[in-house]
Amino acid sequence: MNFLHDSFRNAVLLILSLDGEVYSAVWTSITVSISSAFCASAMGIPLGLFIATSEFPLKRVAITLLSTLMALPTVVVGLVVYGFVSRQGPLGGLGLLFSPSSMIIGLTILALPIITNYTLSSIKGGDSRILPTALTLGATSVQANLKLISEVRFGVLAAVIAGFGRVIGEVGIAMMLGGNIRGYTRTMTTAIALETSKGEFAFGLAIGIILMGVALVINIFLNLLQQKER
Amino acid sequence: MNRRNFLYAVIIFLMLSFTSAHAEIRLRMSTTTSTENSGLLKVLLPPFEKSCDCKVDVVAVGTGKALKLGEMGDVDVVFVHARALEDKFVADGFGINRKDVMYNDFVIIGPSSDPAGVKGAKTAGEAFSHIAAKNAVFISRGDESGTHEKEKEIWKVEGIAKKGSWYIEAGQGMGEVINMATEKQGYTLADRGTYIAYKKKSDLVLLYEGDKTLFNPYGVITVNPQRHPHVKHDLAKKLTEFLTSKEGQGIIAEFKVNGEQLFFPNAK
Repeated sequence: MNFLHDSFRNAVLLILSLDGEVYSAVWTSITVSISSAFCASAMGIPLGLFIATSEFPLKRVAITLLSTLMALPTVVVGLVVYGFVSRQGPLGGLGLLFSPSSMIIGLTILALPIITNYTLSSIKGGDSRILPTALTLGATSVQANLKLISEVRFGVLAAVIAGFGRVIGEVGIAMMLGGNIRGYTRTMTTAIALETSKGEFAFGLAIGIILMGVALVINIFLNLLQQKER
Repeated sequence: MNRRNFLYAVIIFLMLSFTSAHAEIRLRMSTTTSTENSGLLKVLLPPFEKSCDCKVDVVAVGTGKALKLGEMGDVDVVFVHARALEDKFVADGFGINRKDVMYNDFVIIGPSSDPAGVKGAKTAGEAFSHIAAKNAVFISRGDESGTHEKEKEIWKVEGIAKKGSWYIEAGQGMGEVINMATEKQGYTLADRGTYIAYKKKSDLVLLYEGDKTLFNPYGVITVNPQRHPHVKHDLAKKLTEFLTSKEGQGIIAEFKVNGEQLFFPNAK
């Protein structure tokens, strides 16, 4: 019990002490996670929409593949992206390895199947008459699709939240592609891994508690958004 | 609808502030976990960063990986401790301008009951052979780090086959290995810096120290700009000069953890 008690006390002290390093890690986590959830949504929502509303050969295969990709191990994503952005890789000239940009690339890939899949199922679960009705009423194809998304927006928002949750709590990609550089690419999760490896368990757990707090605030924000728009 | 616009504004603001905040010059250095985890770099690098108006990005990994990153050109400078590997790195044309910076040493730690009788050993090799003879639990880093290289070297010199359930390859950093050795009440080879930092959290005791083979020198090497033209060669050179300068050496000598000096400057 002492261990948990100490961690809670440490977490409160850390928040109150305005420790620069902790805030920098929190900030990096938030910006990188939001950026990658945003990029993944920008691609995943239209992709989910496309798969749900159109017929094409091998559709079932595509859907199965997409579900499988939800189980993508973070280390594999990390390794593949590493191969691309390392100086010896095809994108090496950009010097992206060990920068927030490479983390965002990796995390976007991680979140993409999740957001696509949830979007897909929320559209499938919605009223199948929305699209034809809107089209009959004279909407253009773009308008009709936007209407469809807005009708199932709860499911879509859930997709975004799930994607965001996956990336903010992830450690493998952040460690591999970011390099855990203090004050630059150190996120809350890599900080936890580091503190644990240094034997500072209470400190690591304290950052874990802060991470949960940050995730809570962001989810409350998204939920408020959802309700106001109703 | 205003709320949605607000959300977009927040996202755009976050992205902008994020990209603009990191426009300064950055030097990438790969180093071992021992220098970073001990906290040395936190006091050693800021004066340099101030003088060159740049940022040093520290990627702390095992020595093997630190050199690999240099080989691939993913970092500008490496700061490691594995003399044989370092010399090979330079000989193979991956690095230039290797300079001694400091040293610390390795120690053999284990449970205070000392079931293998390491305490009476005269050399590090003898201590290791006691452990093997008793099949006492030994935790190896198993991660191609400088510490792991040193450990393998000792086993090899003694001609001991490190096979059996007593020999555990952790594949993790020094800190994790000390934790694991504490949990399993086993022996391990640790760098003194990490051991001192862990003293309070572990009930393992120092059982053997002082053999010359356990001497652990750190060197700084610039990644060869002829092989990787994008490397920030000038800045790496400045860092090397700083680490070996009077100022840098002084900071290393003054750095203490729990009142004990961890690293001893030895630049020529």
